[in-house]
Amino acid sequence: MTAAAACDAETVEHARRGPLSTDELAARIALDIPPRSYVNLGIGQPTRIADYLDPAAGIILHTENGMLGMGPAAHGDEIDDDLINAGKVPVTELPGAAYFHHADSFAMIRGGHLDVCVLGAFQVSARGDLANWHTGRPGDIPAVGGAMDLATGAGQVLVMMSLFTRSGEPKLVPDCTYPLTGVACVSRVFTHHAVFTMTDNGVLVNETFGITLGELRERLDIPLVSGLT
Amino acid sequence: MASIVATADEAVAGIAHGSTVLVGGFGLAGVPMDLIDALVRQGATGLTLVSNNAGNGTAGLAALLDAGRVRKVVCSFPRQSDSQVFDRLYRAGKVELELVPQGNLAERIRAAGAGIGAFYTPTGVGTPLAEGKETRVIDGRAYLLEHPIKGDVALISAYKSDGLGNLVYRKTARNFGPVMATAATTVIAQVTEIVPVGALDPETVITPSIYVDRVVQAAAREPGACGVC
Repeated sequence: MTAAAACDAETVEHARRGPLSTDELAARIALDIPPRSYVNLGIGQPTRIADYLDPAAGIILHTENGMLGMGPAAHGDEIDDDLINAGKVPVTELPGAAYFHHADSFAMIRGGHLDVCVLGAFQVSARGDLANWHTGRPGDIPAVGGAMDLATGAGQVLVMMSLFTRSGEPKLVPDCTYPLTGVACVSRVFTHHAVFTMTDNGVLVNETFGITLGELRERLDIPLVSGLT
Repeated sequence: MASIVATADEAVAGIAHGSTVLVGGFGLAGVPMDLIDALVRQGATGLTLVSNNAGNGTAGLAALLDAGRVRKVVCSFPRQSDSQVFDRLYRAGKVELELVPQGNLAERIRAAGAGIGAFYTPTGVGTPLAEGKETRVIDGRAYLLEHPIKGDVALISAYKSDGLGNLVYRKTARNFGPVMATAATTVIAQVTEIVPVGALDPETVITPSIYVDRVVQAAAREPGACGVC
């Protein structure tokens, strides 16, 4: 589908602009979510993607606390303590919504019924290993939630993250140094600086934003595959 | 078939020291606050608490933890912005944590309720949470062996019960309630409303009365009255 088509494409460099804003990044990811798919958007930044999905595309959002057909955040009188998303934020229901218990909700994820999930990440490795649940630092309290189930069970695992840490270290790495969430599970990585697809031939750069492919190669410690090479 | 009891204190009577207690809820939706408050008053100690989260703010599970009643927490997502009570006890070494991916938590509870001895799942393969677990390759894919989680007691919240203990839920407050109701020796439900036998459409019953032992009507609670939501 989208990922396969992207593999054939050449790298598109948008070097004469800055990196994407987080909202632009959310909008960019929304473009790659297939119409009529069932999608789980991870807590935190991926939640913003919902604002950019085409209402006509018939995409149905899953929240792991037991709902399909989740609508936008609730405001004012819409707020109902019994209706929240996985981030514990009050949300609304859309026509055609369905509720179910937790074991059913995770059967949808673990049984391969969910088409796409978008997760945040501390690190992703060149082979698509995901690290997003624990820093591994002593004293830090880990919280895994549904991340390992989503990483293992969703049809496509997309990652939305910054490409560099605040100190400038790459988060797309040869091998994750943070504890893993899943092995070789990520199919695409969307960052403010570039969009990547994990392929059998290596990490393909689909698009860059505010950086050239050459600059990207200097800043990342992994081989990058491109139509430009 | 359930006994309808008059008070939450009566509902939690007899919970023994050292019990494993399954507690429904996700965030604050579906948390059986009256039953937890009554359990704090009841005084059982050395509890193993099985719940998705490890308490929010200072009420509910946080109060039970703060009172020193909990020896071990089995959950998927302990660390939250308002999990200060758990965080303090964990860092002080006063409570043990078994971190379980959310889908494994739901499925291990479901397995206990369905008489399943153990099951294989790919969730967690290749991660630190696989350590010490049996791994088996089935049809070329690696799986981990996971064991059921059975409770001595389950405390859950539902929307309505009839006089027999048939339960219906409301929106995402359903979450863990239906699976926990199958997986404990004594299942105690607080409900918003108790209706006569025959008043619930049998097609809509989510938890049949066979699973439920005690039902109590919840105290009226203003929306947002928990002080956290």
